[in-house]
Amino acid sequence: MTTLVAPLVQVRDLAKTFDVSAPWLNRVIERTPRQFVHAVDGVSFSIERGKTLALVGESGCGKSTVARLLVGLLQPTRGDVQFDGQATDAARHAGQLRQLRRRMQMIFQDPYASLNPRWKVLDIVGEPLREHGLAPTAEVLRAKVSDLLLQVGLAAADGEKFPHQFSGGQRQRISIARALATQPEFLVCDEPTSALDVSVQAQVLNIMKDLQRSRGLTYLFISHNLAVVRHVADQVGVMYLGRLVELADKAELFGHPRHPYTRMLLDAIPDIHMSGRARTPVQGEVPNPLNPPTGCAFHPRCPHANARCSAERPVLTMFQGVQVACHAVQEGRL
Amino acid sequence: MTQPLLEVKNLRVEFPTRRGTLLALDDISFDIAPGEILGVVGESGAGKSLTGAAIIGLLEPPGRIAGGEIRLAGQRIDNLPYEQMRAIRGRKIGAIFQDPLTSLNPLYTIGRQLTETILTHLPMSPSQARRRAIELLQETGIPAAAQRIDQYPHQFSGGMRQRVVIALALAADPQLIVADEPTTALDVSIQAQIISLLKRLCKDHGAAVMLVTHDMGVIAETCDRVAVLYAGRVAEIGPVGDVIHRPSHPYTHGLMGSIPAMDEDRERLLQIDGAMPRLNAIPQGCAYNPRCPQVMPRCREARPELLDAGATRAACWLVNPNRVAA
Repeated sequence: MTTLVAPLVQVRDLAKTFDVSAPWLNRVIERTPRQFVHAVDGVSFSIERGKTLALVGESGCGKSTVARLLVGLLQPTRGDVQFDGQATDAARHAGQLRQLRRRMQMIFQDPYASLNPRWKVLDIVGEPLREHGLAPTAEVLRAKVSDLLLQVGLAAADGEKFPHQFSGGQRQRISIARALATQPEFLVCDEPTSALDVSVQAQVLNIMKDLQRSRGLTYLFISHNLAVVRHVADQVGVMYLGRLVELADKAELFGHPRHPYTRMLLDAIPDIHMSGRARTPVQGEVPNPLNPPTGCAFHPRCPHANARCSAERPVLTMFQGVQVACHAVQEGRL
Repeated sequence: MTQPLLEVKNLRVEFPTRRGTLLALDDISFDIAPGEILGVVGESGAGKSLTGAAIIGLLEPPGRIAGGEIRLAGQRIDNLPYEQMRAIRGRKIGAIFQDPLTSLNPLYTIGRQLTETILTHLPMSPSQARRRAIELLQETGIPAAAQRIDQYPHQFSGGMRQRVVIALALAADPQLIVADEPTTALDVSIQAQIISLLKRLCKDHGAAVMLVTHDMGVIAETCDRVAVLYAGRVAEIGPVGDVIHRPSHPYTHGLMGSIPAMDEDRERLLQIDGAMPRLNAIPQGCAYNPRCPQVMPRCREARPELLDAGATRAACWLVNPNRVAA
């Protein structure tokens, strides 16, 4: 599992807490305490150069918050992110964040909301180039943007158009071209295909894979769709209520899921090749993150839970080559 | 062969605009047998939801039915006056929509919404209706139904709300349920619960279902037959196993290939280049011809009809080369 090459991205004990308290006056009058949501609570992982780590989980599990913490759109409450051996937090103080930003970019979920409708594609894709001083003249900018548009399967002439003239899939390609403009090494993709139709999703996933091969890109891929994750990822992390419950190589995770939640997720996906198969529906729902269960957050829904699970929180530990946070797995009850 | 419960024949829906009339549904025909689950798939803009809206008589103006007919148990329902259609909607046809939050009234308790529906359609006293409402909620798997009936929609989670919407749709024991993307807004683990619930309840109540979705996985698990829509036309229709594993239409083939599968590894996904045409620029002949890898000159000239192609029916010149265009 471990290699001698230092990973490109290393995340240690990352946590983000949001204050969701009522306003001060309400708290005083209604005598309510402050309230916090632990959106991400002690997540650690590393991604090797040229590989893809996928984070999966249901809505509210904190996967998008991890993405935003990684690129620096949010400040972590605790823990640190190391990029190429350099702590991003230290870079912030040393004023080197600009350099780091050039090397990591993000692709967002909604291609309708992430492009400025008043800007031409040329300006949208060219903005990071201008911002980082990578295009000294207008001709260079134009040439570089045309090249980027060609790489994602659009035409050079598309630079003169506005976002509304493109379909959802084409807009997502513009987002990818913009993310690639500064020649980053690391791309954070937050549900890049969830808003797209399947045939268009296939186009975008193929482009992303081709670019990874030709440019040696490293991806953090956030998705709730396990079939997509299985297609793109090398490693998969499963999140539940702000924590990683299982982190394993793709083949291991899909072949031998250890954690009961992973098993449940895999069981729940409808698969087109299993026509007529009766599935075992899972009981219960994701608990309210404002008031998470004690011990293992999954224990109220878990068929293998016992007294220890409801009292003591399991930690992510190495078990038979995969990292899993489950008492039942570690005790050999599963 | 028993009489189909729902017959849709040559249905055309159009939208008049200032720049001419757009044909959103073009000659859609299919039927649903009693107790059968028909899936309707397609990409955004293919006309899946519009087909559902036309059947329940809730087309948004200026959209209108321009031709063809819809029959429910032999009775023509596409040309009924508003009030008569209202009596059928809810009583004979139930509807489930994508977003459970917007299909419930946030100002009324769910009990009031359920009893209102029951009292409108069934001869019951208010106390009987309330008892039926609690039964329905229990049937849809809502714990402590007797207490929760007096709560408001915002007090329910997404999955629970969708259960309430299903209870509403089943309130008057309809013969047909039109479910438009019932699980799209839900997480996978909840989606599984809702699908199996819908399947079980429809079997228990003997209701036929038209399930509109873009998720082939849901179709594969739930439906008996499936209709694939493309640019407002039926590209292929047939038993679910045949359409998924032995598709005859190149579009169906491409659609299936573009879905990442859980049980096989592929370096690249099969990709359909281009996008579905806009309604004002549907090409002549077969609507799929600009994207089709097996396009022939004939495809650009004449539109293929939906004809038998082995186990399924497909609208493609490849599968019935000898037929002449009508």
